[in-house]
Amino acid sequence: MISLAYRDVAKGFGRYLATGLGLGLLIGVTLTMAGVYRGMVEDGRALLEAAGADLWVVQQHTLGPFAEPSSISDEMIRGILAVPGVREAGNVAYLTMEVSHGGKSVRIMLAGYEPGRPGGPGRLVAGRPITRNHYELVADLRTGFRIGDVVPIRRHDYTVVGLAAGLRSPSGDPMVFLPLKDAQEIQFLKDNDALFRDRRRLEENPVFNPPGNPGLLGTVEETLFSNHRVNAVLVRLAPGYSADEVAAQIRRWLRLTAYTDAEMEEILIGQLIATAAKQIGLFLAILTLVSAAIVALTIYSMTQTKLKEIAVLKLIGTPNRLIAGMIVQESMGLGAIGFLAGKLAVTWWAPLFPKHVVLVERDTLVALAVTLVICLVASMAGVRSALRVSPASAIGG
Amino acid sequence: MTQPAILVEELSKTYGSGSSAVQALRHASMRVMPGEVVGLLGASGSGKTTLLQCLGAIIDPSGGRIELGSEVIFDGEWKYRDRRTLRRDRIGFVFQRPYLIPFLNVLENVAMLPMLQGKSNAQAYARARELLEILGIADRAGMQIEQLSGGQQQRVAIARALANDPPIILADEPTAPLDSHRAMSVMKLLHDMAERSGTAVIVVTHDENIIPVFKRIYRLRDGILHEEPGEGRPIVVDEAALV
Repeated sequence: MISLAYRDVAKGFGRYLATGLGLGLLIGVTLTMAGVYRGMVEDGRALLEAAGADLWVVQQHTLGPFAEPSSISDEMIRGILAVPGVREAGNVAYLTMEVSHGGKSVRIMLAGYEPGRPGGPGRLVAGRPITRNHYELVADLRTGFRIGDVVPIRRHDYTVVGLAAGLRSPSGDPMVFLPLKDAQEIQFLKDNDALFRDRRRLEENPVFNPPGNPGLLGTVEETLFSNHRVNAVLVRLAPGYSADEVAAQIRRWLRLTAYTDAEMEEILIGQLIATAAKQIGLFLAILTLVSAAIVALTIYSMTQTKLKEIAVLKLIGTPNRLIAGMIVQESMGLGAIGFLAGKLAVTWWAPLFPKHVVLVERDTLVALAVTLVICLVASMAGVRSALRVSPASAIGG
Repeated sequence: MTQPAILVEELSKTYGSGSSAVQALRHASMRVMPGEVVGLLGASGSGKTTLLQCLGAIIDPSGGRIELGSEVIFDGEWKYRDRRTLRRDRIGFVFQRPYLIPFLNVLENVAMLPMLQGKSNAQAYARARELLEILGIADRAGMQIEQLSGGQQQRVAIARALANDPPIILADEPTAPLDSHRAMSVMKLLHDMAERSGTAVIVVTHDENIIPVFKRIYRLRDGILHEEPGEGRPIVVDEAALV
C-alpha cells in the first residue's frame, strides 16, 4: 500500500521541514530551560561535593553562608574542634565579586580556606594546590584563567597555581580559591582614604589616644582595622559519629547553627533555587502548551487544505484508519523533526550560555516522550476534522 | 434477457421530517444496461445530486430498491454493512473536477483503488498502466498531477473510476470545467470504456453540447424522474483542436 503520509510530506517537504525546524527551536528552548534548572541544581551540589564537609557551622539562627549572611569569629574553630566526634574543621570565607583579567571582567566567587583543612577545591585538573600563605589562587576553568596568570584583586596580585573543574557557586559563578587570610582581607579591607580618615578620628579622640598611654591607640586600631571573621566552619567527623548528634552538640554548647550536609543541600537546592525552579517550571509548562498548540494548528490546517481530497479518498473506499494514520504519522514526523532539531540546537548553543546548562539524558528522553505524546494528542483535532468529512462532499458543487 | 447493470425502483429520499420535510426524490425508477451511457438531466435543485448520492451509497434513501447486476444492494435498507467497501468494489466515480490526490503521481492515483481492494502493488500498478495506456496517457504515468492539463487530469480520473472494474460509473458533470472539444473527448472516452468493459455509465450534465450524444436520457423535475429518448448522435472529436 502506498504511504499517504510519506507522499503528502514529500510533496510539500520544504514547508513541512521548515515547520519542523520552527518547532525544533521551541523544543530547543524547552530543553535549554530544563538544562538551566539542572545546572543550578548541579552547581549547588558541586560546591557541597567540593567542600566535602559533614557539617556546616554558621552564625546562630541564619541559613548561611549562601542563603543568608553569616559571620562568626575565626577563633570559634577551637571550640568546634573540641566537640567529640569532630575530626577536622576549617574556616571558610565566601564572597562574590568581579575581577578584571586580560581586559575582561569576570564574575567569580572567592572562597578563602585554610590549606590542609576542609573547604579547599579538592581535585585539580592542572597545576598544584595552594602552598603559600598569601597571593596564590586555584581557579575553576570557566574563569578563563590559566596557570601562571597574575590576577589583580583589590590591592594585591595573585598568581594562578592550579585549575579545577566544575566548581561553581550556587549562582553559577566560577569559584576561585585562595588562602583564608587573603579572603578576609579582601572581604573586610577598607580603602586607604577611609583608613586614613578613621585613624585621624581615633588620634583626635583623647579617650583612645591619651597622652599618658600611647599604646592604647595601637591596640584599638588593631581591633578595628583587622578582620578575624569567617562565614562558616566546615567540619569533618570522625568515623562512627552521627552528624545530627554532633550538630546538636555544637548548637547547644557553642551557640552556633550547624547544618548537616543533607540540610545544607536542602537549603541550597530546596530553598535557594526554589523560586527559580518554580519560575522555570512554569515557563516549561507554557512552552509545552505553546508547542502543543503549534503542532495542533499546523496539523489541523494541513488537514483543512486537503478536505476535498479526503472526501474523495473516503468516497472511493479508503478506510478511516488509513486517513487517520496519514494525519497521525505526519504529526509524529513533525515531532520527530522538531525533537531532532531541538536536540541539535540545544547541544550547539548550551556551551554559549554564560551559566552552567546541564543536558541530562533523562530530560532528553522525557522531552522526546512528551513531544511524541503532544504530537499524538495534537493530531486528534486534524483526525477529528478528517473523519467528520462526508464522502458526499466530493459530489456536487 | 440481459440483466441491467443497475436497476432502481421506486427510490425516494426525504430530507427532514414533519412540516419541514423536503421530498428530493419521489419514486424514481431507472434501468441502465451494461455498456450503456445515459444522461441524467435536470435543473439545479431537481434532485440530481441526491439521486447520485443514493446510487453511490453515500446517503440513505428513504425507500425503494436498488439492484447492482443481479445483487440487491438496497431494499428499504442497505444490504451491505460496510458501504465504503460497496463503493470501493462496485462503483466508479468521476467528478465535476478530477479531485485527484495531489501528493500521488498519475500512476499511484489510479493504482490506489486496486490496492485498497487488497491487490498486490504489482497487480495494482499493472492494472493502472493498462488503463493509462487505453486512455492514451501512459507516457504521463510518473508525472505529478499539477503537471497535467485539465483534460489529462480528467482522463486520469476516469482511469481511477475504472480501476476496480465497477459495473457502474457515476459521473457528476465530468465535462463542466472543459471546453467543448475536450468535453466531447471525455464523452467519447466514457462511451468507449463503457463499450469495451461493459460498464454502465450515468452522466449528470448541464452541458447542452453533449446532451445530443446520449441515446437515452433521464430528466428530473421536482424529484420525479422521467425517461426520454436521446438523439444518440455520433461523437465527433476534433483532434486538431485538442492539441
